[in-house]
Amino acid sequence: MGETIQLEDCLGERFIGAGASDARIEIEGIPGNALGAYLDGACVEVFGNAQDAVGDTMNDGRIIIHGNVGDTAGYAMRGGEIYVKGDAGYRAGVHMKEYGDKRPVMVIGGCTGSFLGEYQAGGLIIVLGLEAGRKGRPIVSNFPCTGMHGGMVVLKGDAVDAGILFPPQVDVRVVDAADCALIAPFVRNYALFFGADGDDILQGPFTLVTPLSHNPYTRLYVAN
Amino acid sequence: MREDLARAGLLEGQVRIPAGCAIAAIVATDGKPMSGHDIITSMEPMRERSSGLGGGFAGYGIYPKYADCFAFHFFFDSRDSRKTTEAYLEQGCEVVNRELIPIRKMARITDEPLIWRYVIKPHRSVLSRLQLDENEYVVRLVMHINTSIDGAYVFSCGKNMGIFKAVGYPEDVGRYYRLEEYEAYQWTAHGRYPTNTPGWWGGAHPFGLLDWSVVHNGEISSYDANRRFIEMFGYRCTLQTDTEVITYIADYLLRRQKLSLQETAHVMAAPFWSTIEHLDMRDPEGARKRAELAYLRKVFPSLLVTGPFSIILGFNGGCMALNDRLKLRSLVAAHKGNRVFIASEEAAIRAIEPDARDIFAPAGGVPYIVRVDGVEGGLA
Amino acid sequence: MSAQNRIPSGIDYLPPLFQVIRNADRCIDCNVCVKQCANGVHVRDAQTGRLSTVDELCVDCQRCVCFCPTHALQICEAPNRYRPNANWTPQIMRGSYKQAGTGGVLLSSMGNPNEQTVYWDKLLINASQVTNPSIDPLREPMETRCYLGRRPTSVMRDANGAIDTSLPPHLELAMPMLFSAMSYGSISLNAHKVLARAARELGIYYNTGEGGLHQDLYEYGENTITQVASGRFGVFKGYLEAGAAIEVKIGQGAKPGIGGHLPGAKIVGDISRTRMVPEGSDAISPAPHHDIYSIEDLRQLVMGLKAATDGRKPVIVKVAAVHNIAAIASGIARSGADIIAIDGLRGGTGAAPTMIRDNVGIPIELALAAVDSRLRAEGIRNDVSLLVGGSIRCSADVVKAIALGADACYVGTAALLAMGCHLCRNCHSGRCNWGIATQQPELVKRLNVDQGVERLVKLMRAWNSEVMEFMGGMGINSIEALRGNRLMLRGVDLNESELEILGISYAGR
Repeated sequence: MGETIQLEDCLGERFIGAGASDARIEIEGIPGNALGAYLDGACVEVFGNAQDAVGDTMNDGRIIIHGNVGDTAGYAMRGGEIYVKGDAGYRAGVHMKEYGDKRPVMVIGGCTGSFLGEYQAGGLIIVLGLEAGRKGRPIVSNFPCTGMHGGMVVLKGDAVDAGILFPPQVDVRVVDAADCALIAPFVRNYALFFGADGDDILQGPFTLVTPLSHNPYTRLYVAN
Repeated sequence: MREDLARAGLLEGQVRIPAGCAIAAIVATDGKPMSGHDIITSMEPMRERSSGLGGGFAGYGIYPKYADCFAFHFFFDSRDSRKTTEAYLEQGCEVVNRELIPIRKMARITDEPLIWRYVIKPHRSVLSRLQLDENEYVVRLVMHINTSIDGAYVFSCGKNMGIFKAVGYPEDVGRYYRLEEYEAYQWTAHGRYPTNTPGWWGGAHPFGLLDWSVVHNGEISSYDANRRFIEMFGYRCTLQTDTEVITYIADYLLRRQKLSLQETAHVMAAPFWSTIEHLDMRDPEGARKRAELAYLRKVFPSLLVTGPFSIILGFNGGCMALNDRLKLRSLVAAHKGNRVFIASEEAAIRAIEPDARDIFAPAGGVPYIVRVDGVEGGLA
Repeated sequence: MSAQNRIPSGIDYLPPLFQVIRNADRCIDCNVCVKQCANGVHVRDAQTGRLSTVDELCVDCQRCVCFCPTHALQICEAPNRYRPNANWTPQIMRGSYKQAGTGGVLLSSMGNPNEQTVYWDKLLINASQVTNPSIDPLREPMETRCYLGRRPTSVMRDANGAIDTSLPPHLELAMPMLFSAMSYGSISLNAHKVLARAARELGIYYNTGEGGLHQDLYEYGENTITQVASGRFGVFKGYLEAGAAIEVKIGQGAKPGIGGHLPGAKIVGDISRTRMVPEGSDAISPAPHHDIYSIEDLRQLVMGLKAATDGRKPVIVKVAAVHNIAAIASGIARSGADIIAIDGLRGGTGAAPTMIRDNVGIPIELALAAVDSRLRAEGIRNDVSLLVGGSIRCSADVVKAIALGADACYVGTAALLAMGCHLCRNCHSGRCNWGIATQQPELVKRLNVDQGVERLVKLMRAWNSEVMEFMGGMGINSIEALRGNRLMLRGVDLNESELEILGISYAGR
């Protein structure tokens, strides 16, 4: 990793780290929209909240947010990792995708707003809902995984039992942590970055959401 | 310049002008007065969201001396249009005070119209002859002036509140109007990014009617459905802007239909049918809620507002922030002590209160309502 | 060959309009064409055993073409023609010869086929770019459900301040389309079954038309609109109670101001029972309702129907689009009716006098725009719902109608196309080869009900998908935000008056 850049008293400045490939950027304050857009290998760490469009279309690297993020975090992300200690807004992971060895991962420690993983085409989204109970809100709000046709969403706990409605085009299964081995390294990273107990988080059931088809819309059209 | 734009048919009212924007509000829930300084500072980090083509503010509690009167803020094109308007006002109202609104000249704000404040009180005899309450009378007065008196435009007409707006960046507009000299328990603000014209002063936001003021970010797709509905009830959408029609919808639902703020939000940003039908019918509260939500959608279908919007609706005694039901615009709220902050971006809040707590983003269609202790709910 | 099929000669001879061409290399002599044609076009010579065609009898219904297993058949316009004359068109000349020979009023079926302005095609729809996001209808919620019925003008509350959520009866439609009135008699029982079952599957409604409700179809009552027309055929309390709504038919776009009759020859068996008309007796629909000679009488009829059904059924009043339609609609809105249905000039029919069909009434687009504007000017648009039909051909027409101000669209001809209709416009002959506009049992059974339902459901769902695509493009995710949203429309090839009536701007403005 290249040089370390430290930014203090950030106040809404947009596009911090856009396209950066070889640096470590540490941020105090509140960075503006599109933090780490097109990120290409750099590591961005925010010691507080971030606004909308974190990691928009990022390709590689790592973004660590010690707070909450706004809407559309990880939009069209095609590689790298995003870790959010707290909550995410609407449309987290919208249209995340994977190709070849690029497989993006987003871990959200708290809850997310509506349209989580909307038309997700690849990658892995993990939502832990660690303080959902205290906040009295569901781990994800309405319309999760609409249009999902690739990748995987993993929610801690039994989301079906919690009354969360999924669209018809996805498969929803409640599994033991052991069946979700692929999430363990990312959950352990989360625990490491934010000082939580990884083993504890990995206890108990998880809800695994995967698409039923990669081509859900082929029947919609007829040649004319 | 206004004439040139008018000739090209590019002014508000001659063509529909969508706009992107930044919005913010500060409310002292204990009713303690605040100068306009902080709200101006709050807009600075969001400069990217404005384009210098419109900025404005609304202050509540700023005219305690005239709390029972309507404070009209006017843009006049000429002395003649002011005189015509004055004569018209005096037919039905007592003009309690009239003065130029004080401004601070600055290079970045140009082409200013004549900016006047008239404090008026409708004559009782006129109200009883017309069988109107004073609010309805004032609404009709404003509709008449804005549609029929050439060169006169009322841009604020509430009690104990006022709107200040101009073409420019919001920080400049706030200083131009010397808002640091006013004391309000609530401020709202707007920075404008109109998408296809330079805009003119009247087209800047907030938009107001009576003590409602609306600042709005987004562009609604339901505009003409909403407009054609609301114009059935005496409103005239002369500016063809989203903010104008949203203000009239709020006035219609809150003042005329006497809906609550919550109910109004459930009309304008109605939950999806699937969400309504997910409410538990076995629970009496769920069943009641479901019936009520369905009722509001069925009775006021044409007041559903679609497309991206985040608004702050100000009124005497508080405000309501609301996002569209898909939440296509950003809006965050936080508080510290007795002050509540709302803004398009968290940075706007941090700019004036670095230690603001419990930052959160209200969900789409879920109103965030702030009320001020000891201030009469006014129309709401 | 039957008497009616005899081909005249000399001065009464009308050359055939169509020529049936058989490709001898492909024909396998299978006789399917002979069996499929109820008009007797295909004949096998008894002596030679060879197949030949009687072109004069062909109505161009395409049945033989579709069912020929080797696709050996083609139907073309006959090459014979009258000396070209732009003023005296062949249609007018043929009509003159027919009338000179018979003294009859010219009769036609289906909608006006003449070239005239289809305003739908002059309207263009908007889409979002940059300033406002389009919405992806395949993935995000996209609501096309609508409710039809009266709405209160103000919100009432109980003593505790809770909203009184009771409402007048409403129809709930899963999509903004429903099937327009086609009577049992004008179409077959199988066609009615297709409409009823498709309506149920789609969560919409079909309309009985004025011929009563067959006993087998009472079970689809929740998706049925029962019609009350001037003839009151089959109308009794049980019928009024059977449906979800009642439609008073004042007029129809294809024949405004005109009554009709179903000849006694068709009043047999189930049709006689359903219409409650004795076998062999003509079923005559008078031109007016003889209890409505003025607008206040309409109120009496509407309120009478509500009284008979304890106010549980919304009442629709259907009128043809005529010159004064805006004022008429305003009167209907004040009559107590819950829903106004307007049928345009190009609307279809099982039989109408040709001259009336082609010359009386106004296009639905202009009528709709005028009515919607008028009801808004009077502040009563939200009190009632507005249905339009005649003719709605595709999802784009639906979107444009709703943007002009309609709540939902009546679909008739398109539903028949799903069942196989090829628009040969000979419904009045009673020999519909597709089993739709006929009562001949051997023809009726050609319409396979299961297949018909499947096809009609697919057609409407496809339209609904397209409506959602249009809406998503405009950044609208609920049909109510499209309703009356005329800013979403622009016009081309229209003059100032047309633009003004339609309440839209020219494209580019």
